Amino acid sequence: MSERHDSSGAASVSRRGFLKGVGAGTAATALLSPVALREAQAAANGGVLGPDEIPITLRINGRNRQLRVEPRVTLLDALRNRLDVTGPKKVCDRGTCGACTVLVDGQPAYSCSMLAVEAEGRAITTVEGLGTPERMNAVQKAFVKHDAQQCGFCTPGFVTAATAFVRKNPNASPDEICKGLGGNLCRCGTYAGMLLAVADAAKGRV
Amino acid sequence: MAKVDWPAAEQRSIIGKRIDRADGSVKATGAAKYSFDINRPAMLWAKVLSSPHARAEVVSIDTAAAEKMPGVKGVWKDDAIVGKEVLYVGQIVAAIAAETEEAATEAIHHVKVEYKPLQHQVRDADPALFQGDPAKRENGNVDEALGKADLVHTGYYGVPVITHCCLEPHGQVAELRDGELYVWPSTQSVFGYGDRGLADAAGVPQNKIHVDCQYMGAGFGSKFNPGKWGVISAALAKTSGRPVKLMLDRDLELAIAGNRPSGFAKIKVGATKDGNITAFDCEVWGTAGMSGGPPDLMPYVFDKMPDQRRTVKRIATNRGPSAAWRAPRHPQNCYLTMSALADTAAALKMDELEFFLKNIELTKRPEFDAPKVYTEELKLAAEMIGWKNKAHLRGAGGPGPVKSGLGLSLHTWGGQGHGSECDVTISPDGSVEAKIATQDLGVGTRTCIAMVVAETLGLPHEVVKVQIGKNEFPRSGGSGGSTTIGGISVSSRRAATDALNEVLAKVAPRLGAEPDALEAKEGVIRVAADPKKKITWKNACGMLGVTAVTKRGVNVPGDSAKANLTSAGVGGVQMADVSVDVETGVVTLNELVAVQDCGLVINVKLAESQVFGGMIMGITSALYEEAVYDAKTGRMLNADMEFYRLAGIKDVGKLKVHMMTTPDYEKRGVIGLGEPPVISPAAAIGNAVANACGVRVPNLPLTPDRVLAALSQKGGVV
Repeated sequence: MSERHDSSGAASVSRRGFLKGVGAGTAATALLSPVALREAQAAANGGVLGPDEIPITLRINGRNRQLRVEPRVTLLDALRNRLDVTGPKKVCDRGTCGACTVLVDGQPAYSCSMLAVEAEGRAITTVEGLGTPERMNAVQKAFVKHDAQQCGFCTPGFVTAATAFVRKNPNASPDEICKGLGGNLCRCGTYAGMLLAVADAAKGRV
Repeated sequence: MAKVDWPAAEQRSIIGKRIDRADGSVKATGAAKYSFDINRPAMLWAKVLSSPHARAEVVSIDTAAAEKMPGVKGVWKDDAIVGKEVLYVGQIVAAIAAETEEAATEAIHHVKVEYKPLQHQVRDADPALFQGDPAKRENGNVDEALGKADLVHTGYYGVPVITHCCLEPHGQVAELRDGELYVWPSTQSVFGYGDRGLADAAGVPQNKIHVDCQYMGAGFGSKFNPGKWGVISAALAKTSGRPVKLMLDRDLELAIAGNRPSGFAKIKVGATKDGNITAFDCEVWGTAGMSGGPPDLMPYVFDKMPDQRRTVKRIATNRGPSAAWRAPRHPQNCYLTMSALADTAAALKMDELEFFLKNIELTKRPEFDAPKVYTEELKLAAEMIGWKNKAHLRGAGGPGPVKSGLGLSLHTWGGQGHGSECDVTISPDGSVEAKIATQDLGVGTRTCIAMVVAETLGLPHEVVKVQIGKNEFPRSGGSGGSTTIGGISVSSRRAATDALNEVLAKVAPRLGAEPDALEAKEGVIRVAADPKKKITWKNACGMLGVTAVTKRGVNVPGDSAKANLTSAGVGGVQMADVSVDVETGVVTLNELVAVQDCGLVINVKLAESQVFGGMIMGITSALYEEAVYDAKTGRMLNADMEFYRLAGIKDVGKLKVHMMTTPDYEKRGVIGLGEPPVISPAAAIGNAVANACGVRVPNLPLTPDRVLAALSQKGGVV
C-alpha cells in the first residue's frame, strides 16, 4: 500500500493551499492581477499563467524590485525567499495570525494569503518601510517604550497592522484598539504593553 | 577593590530600574534577523514527509520519483525506520532539499512510502487505559485520616495536552564550509546546541560546529536540541554541498515539536469543620506520548499535611513526544490541587481566601519562608482585586444570567542561576564589551547583561556592547527553568568587577588613594570618601596603555547561592475575576492580578513583561488550548492556528502585576522569573468560574460547551 499525503497528515485544505494548488496546475486568470500584461501573457498561453516562473515587478517600500516567480508563489514567500525582505514573518501561513501583515496600497493585508502576481502594480509596504532602528515611526517608538514585544516574532505584523489602524483611528479607545488588532496573534503575551503602545501612538504621544 | 555583592537599592543607578529593552528598536522595525530569516547564498529549501499513521510498520521508502523532480538537489530518508514502526502521526520519514520552497513542497509528495498500519492508541482521559503497576507514594495513614475528617471532598479535574506553538517554528539553516558546520538554529540553548547528532550528520567533529542564534521566535522549553529536523538539514547540507534551510510547517510544528503532558486526577481532601486540611489522596493519570508521564508533584504547594497519598498512572499514547513546557509539571499540578482545595472551601461554606490563609503553614519549604511570603502576597493581591468587596460564597454570583466570581491560586518555582561564564573587556579607549554564549528568548537577556556590567562600572547601560548567541563565546547554560537571569547576571557581575579592579589598581596612585578606597560611579572613578578626587572613565582606561583588560566571570551556582548572588525558590499568588454567562457558557476574564517574588529584579520593566506574558499564556491554557486528537485516525484535529486557538488582545481582560522588591526579597539575590507566572492563571480562573456559576467545570479549557455541561449536571441554570 502506498499513499500520497501532505507533510502533516492533516486532512485539511486552507484557502492558501487551495490557491497554491490552483497556481501549480491551471491558474485561472480570474484569480490574478488585472494588469493587462498578465492577461495578454495568459491569453497567449490558452488562458493559463505559468506554471513556470514569470518575470514580475513589485513595488516594495517605494522601490521597484524585479524577480521571477511561479504564479503560485505567495507575496509573503516572494518577499522572504526571493527578495530577502524578512520583516513579514511566516507563522500560520493561512491567514490567521497576522505575522505576515503588509500594507497594500495603504491597507493591511495578509501577505501569506495573496499571490505575488496579484500584488503587481500596487504599493507594498512592509515593516521595514515604516521605519528604521534609527528613525522609527510613532507606533514602533511606542512599542519600544511600552515593551510591547518579547520574542518579537509577531511584532512586525502587529506594528504594520497598528500603523494602518492608528492612521485611520486617531484617539481610538481601548475597545476599538482590541477590535483593530484582532487579526493578529502573539504567543509570548505582550498584549498589555501593546494596548498602551497603540493608544499612545493613536494620540501621537510618542 | 570593588566587591561582587549586589549593591543596596540606594546605591544603585541602573539595576532595579525600568529600562527599555536594548534590541527593542531592531525588533520593532523588522531589522532583527531571526533564524528563519537567514538566507544564505545558493541556499536550498527542505521539506519533510511524515507519517500519516499513528502507528504503522514502514515497509519501504522510495525517493526515486522525487529525485527526478525539477529543482531537487538533496534527498534524505530514514533508512533505520524501514522494517520498524512509526509511533505517531507526523513522525518524519523523508526530506527533500530543492532550489525553491515550492519545488521542495511539490517533490516531497512524490516520495512513496509503503506502510502497514497497526493498532494505535491516542486517548489519555480514561485511567482504565493504563496498564501495569502505578507509581505510589504514601505518607502517614490516609484512609484513617480521611475517616476521621469532618468533611471529605471528592473531586475530578483534568488538564489536556497543550502544545508550545512557538511563533517561529523549529528548524535551522545549515551550511558546510571547509570542513566546518555553520548552523543558524532557532534555539534556547546556544552553547549546548551543537551536539553529537548534528556533528555525525554533517560528518564533522563536534568542535567544528558554529552555532549562531541572534534572534529567536520563542521556545518555552521545546528548543534545546537540534531535533530530527536539525539533524536532517545538516545531512542534506552535506549531501547537497549547499546551505539548507529546514523550518517545520505550522501543522507539523503543532503536532510534533512540543507537547505538554496532560494531567487528570481524582482527588479526596479531608478537612476539619473549621477549615484545616487534614488529608490528601489523589489518583493522577495522563500522557506524555510514548514515554514519560503525567505531572507528579501532587499535592502542589500545600504539601505538608502529614497524611497524603498519590497514585500515578502513565498512559502511553501514539502522539508526538512531549517537551518541557514553561514550568514543567507545575501548571497541571497547580490546577488539580488548587481546584480541589477551593472545592473543599466551598463545601465548608468558607471564603476561599480565608481557607487558603488558614492552611498556609502547609506551604513550608526549606528554600524560603513560604508561609510568610504567601501571606504577604495574598493580602496584596486581595487588595489589588478588591477581594473584600467582591468576594461571595460559591454560586452567589448575582441574580441575572451573567454571574461573577473570584478565584485564587498559589505557585512556586526554583529559578537559581545556571552555570555561566562571561568575558568582560575594558579597552584603553574606554569601550566595554561583554561576551556570553547565552541567548535572548525575548526576555531581555541582552539588556540585563548590559545593565549589570554598566552598574558595576558606573557607566550608562547603552555604552556596553553585548555579544551573545554564538557558541564561540564563553559557556553558559540553556534557557530553561528560569535559570538564565541568575546565571548571566552573576557571571557578568563577576567579570565586570574583576576587570574594574584592574583599572582601579592602575588609577589608584594618580588619585593618591588605595584601590579599596575607590568607586566607579557616574562615568568617573573617584575616591569614595572624597568624590572631588576623580578621573573620567575614559582617562582612567587610557592608563591601561595599549593592553585591554579581559576578565572571565564564572557563576558556580552553589557558591553564588552561599554568597546570596542567586538562589532558588520563589512564591507567587494570582487572583482572577470572571463573568460567566450561564445561558451561553461563555467565560469572560475581567481581571487577573499577579503578585510575584523573584529576588533582586534587574529590570523591573522587563520583569513585569515576563509576568504579563506568563499570565496571558496561562489565560490561553485556561480558556482555549487543547490538542484535540481523533481516536480513530490518531490525528491531531486542530494542528493549525484557527482551531488551536491562542488568546487575542481582546480576550485577556485587565491585567495587574506587582513585583515584591523590598530589601527582604532582594537579599536573596537574582532569581529567575520565566516559569512562575504561567503556573497559576488556569487554577485561579477555574476557581473563579466555579465561584461564579456554582459548579466546578472540571476540564480545561473552560469552553462554553464544558461550562454548559457542568451546569446541566447540576440541574441547569442556577
